[in-house]
Amino acid sequence: MRHLLSAADLSRETAIALLDSAEVMAETADRPHKKLPALRGRTIVNLFFEDSTRTRISFEAAQKRLSADVINFAAKGSSVSKGESLKDTAQTLTAMGVDAVVIRHGSSGAPHLLANRGWIDVPVVNAGDGTHEHPTQALLDAFTLRRRVYGHDSRCRGLDGLRVAIVGDVSHSRVARSNAWLLTTLGATVTLVGPPTLLPHDRSAFPVNFATNLDDVLRESPDAVMMLRIQKERMHSAFFPNEREFGLTWGLTAERFAAMSPHTLVMHPGPMNRGLEICSVAADSPQSTILDQVANGVFVRMAVMFAVLTGNEDV
Amino acid sequence: MNSVVAFVGAILPSGEIADIVVRDGLVESLSPGAAPADAEVVDASGLRVLPGLVDLHTHLREPGFEASETVLSGTQAAAAGGFTTVFAMANTDPVADNAGVVEEVWQRGVDAGYATVRPIGAVTRGLEGETLSDIAGMANSRAQVRVFSDDGKCVFDPLVMRRALEYVSTFDGVVAQHAQEPRLTVGSQMHEGAVSARLGLTGWPAVAEESIIARDVLLAEYTGSRLHVCHLSTERSVEIIRAAKARGIRVTAEVTPHHLLLTDESAQGYDARFKVNPPLRSESDVLAVRAGLADGTIDIVATDHAPHPSESKECEWGDAAFGMVGLETALSVVQLTMVESGLMTWNDVARTMSTTPAQIGGISDVAGQIAVGRIADLTFIDENARRQFSVASLTGKSSNSPYVGRELPGRIVHTMRHGYFTVRNGVVVDTEVVAASVRNHGRKAQHNG
Repeated sequence: MRHLLSAADLSRETAIALLDSAEVMAETADRPHKKLPALRGRTIVNLFFEDSTRTRISFEAAQKRLSADVINFAAKGSSVSKGESLKDTAQTLTAMGVDAVVIRHGSSGAPHLLANRGWIDVPVVNAGDGTHEHPTQALLDAFTLRRRVYGHDSRCRGLDGLRVAIVGDVSHSRVARSNAWLLTTLGATVTLVGPPTLLPHDRSAFPVNFATNLDDVLRESPDAVMMLRIQKERMHSAFFPNEREFGLTWGLTAERFAAMSPHTLVMHPGPMNRGLEICSVAADSPQSTILDQVANGVFVRMAVMFAVLTGNEDV
Repeated sequence: MNSVVAFVGAILPSGEIADIVVRDGLVESLSPGAAPADAEVVDASGLRVLPGLVDLHTHLREPGFEASETVLSGTQAAAAGGFTTVFAMANTDPVADNAGVVEEVWQRGVDAGYATVRPIGAVTRGLEGETLSDIAGMANSRAQVRVFSDDGKCVFDPLVMRRALEYVSTFDGVVAQHAQEPRLTVGSQMHEGAVSARLGLTGWPAVAEESIIARDVLLAEYTGSRLHVCHLSTERSVEIIRAAKARGIRVTAEVTPHHLLLTDESAQGYDARFKVNPPLRSESDVLAVRAGLADGTIDIVATDHAPHPSESKECEWGDAAFGMVGLETALSVVQLTMVESGLMTWNDVARTMSTTPAQIGGISDVAGQIAVGRIADLTFIDENARRQFSVASLTGKSSNSPYVGRELPGRIVHTMRHGYFTVRNGVVVDTEVVAASVRNHGRKAQHNG
């Protein structure tokens, strides 16, 4: 795998190979010495144009466990407001001898430009671009689901037959987009749920179901329900009347959680708005995978960094 | 240079063969036969001749954005594309909202000599959409402005739009509207559809264009004034214009070459050369605007030539500027989409790219026709040529063309403006030579009285 830009680009074989590689990485976490020498001598820059403590630390932990040298570059706001173009920034950093770039950017498509415009010639990993995609998040979600369902018998498996509901601000969610592609590729059936104002106007591009009534979806006992974070700025743009109504209608409230099948897993990419899209009872329940997702994020990102930097054709 | 030129064996838009004799800037004769003895004979056999093309929608960027284009470089690009007249949009800095700016732009066009530059005046002061600009001042200036537009921005306030339509009718003017409902397009990046949903780019819904056009044709009917719709891009926009014309409303509409050819699928690689406003639409919209142009619902093709420096395009899609250059490729794209598809004849091309734009712009007395006694603005093309379009093919200052890397049909062989060459044998004539021709022509015109 040369780059990881989009979950939509991943074949089933590649996705399963990455998840299996993440299983290998996970085994090392139980050892007294967690560090592997795999990427010793390689330098990776984490190019974060958007605030993200969790994702950046997860990538950094993954890179350090593989013994890579890590440079963190944080520039809030767009490249324009910063006064240097994305092209110049990327070229400047790679001129210093960087072997791979991990990029988080507020503009959809920024990782594609780095990978495909001939500006730089190193592997690029998308750590979240605008409202487009967040492929490592989808990989860690798939990994988490697979482990919860198949335990230590996970390897070589997809997610065939599983039903997953993804709920909330779908339109603006790169997590929802990446999961819609990846979980479907792995054989799951995905339903995107939210108010019509927060679902895409033209839904024909996605190989998934759409629904507006969360209770109907939950009554069918999906294997997992993934609650999306609702951004504060949505409150003021006529997407829904107010927080309370949104929470009551599309949030995982205590009442909804109590009525829900005890076998339905509760997922959230974090950070959570407790009491808005998800209640604490659900978030802290045994059905919740939320902390597993965080832990698994490191293993999945180790697998991704290893794949792009070793140029493994199978992965 | 000889001031009498005879183009022998040219194919008129109708298909008839003509020997075109040009003397002192005017067409002297069209009938086949011996060229006058004093004429410089140019073999035009096999070449199609069109009345010099007229672009009702060009951004020349001067004053204010000379890094992107100037009156000189933009009119050179125009000549290279077969245009002899361009209407220069008002969104310069300072804005063309008063007689001073439009006269300056007009004068620079005269001095450069590559094309007749007709400035468009802003509808509202500073393009702010609030108070009317110095409309009478511009109409009565040497630039004789007849087309008014806030292009780039929509005249959104319905009261301001009504007043503008009423007011410009004093001078037989026309309001050219950039139809974009601003509230429905906050942060919009590309056509709202399946592709924008997949790419995670904020959608620019078709209804944001259609709702303004619907409102404006009703205002035009109510006021009895003349409305022109810029760069119409959607299927239902065509239907609205068709219905308005059936009601006898005085509305005209333009489509750009890029909306005749390209779709929103072009955005897939996030290459900002394909970022334009209004955005590239769906396949069904492309087919609808072609049909609308073919049946006369859409009156003209206009380029919306919008040069931008490379740094405004070599960046993230969300930060990139809207717009693409189009003067040098317009005729090729029309040939490809309309002529080679069998939807239009060359007569229709002459009508939609010269005669009718000249009428809408109020200059049909001096442009838009090949006829004896008329000013010799002529475009000769080799319609059988094929060319690989590259950055090197561009004459203007900017290279934000969506056609770089594409093969295009047709090639401009000669462009003649006011009886002198601006392009000869496919090469843009040297700046000094054209400037000398202008001075020479000016003396003759005076002498002819």
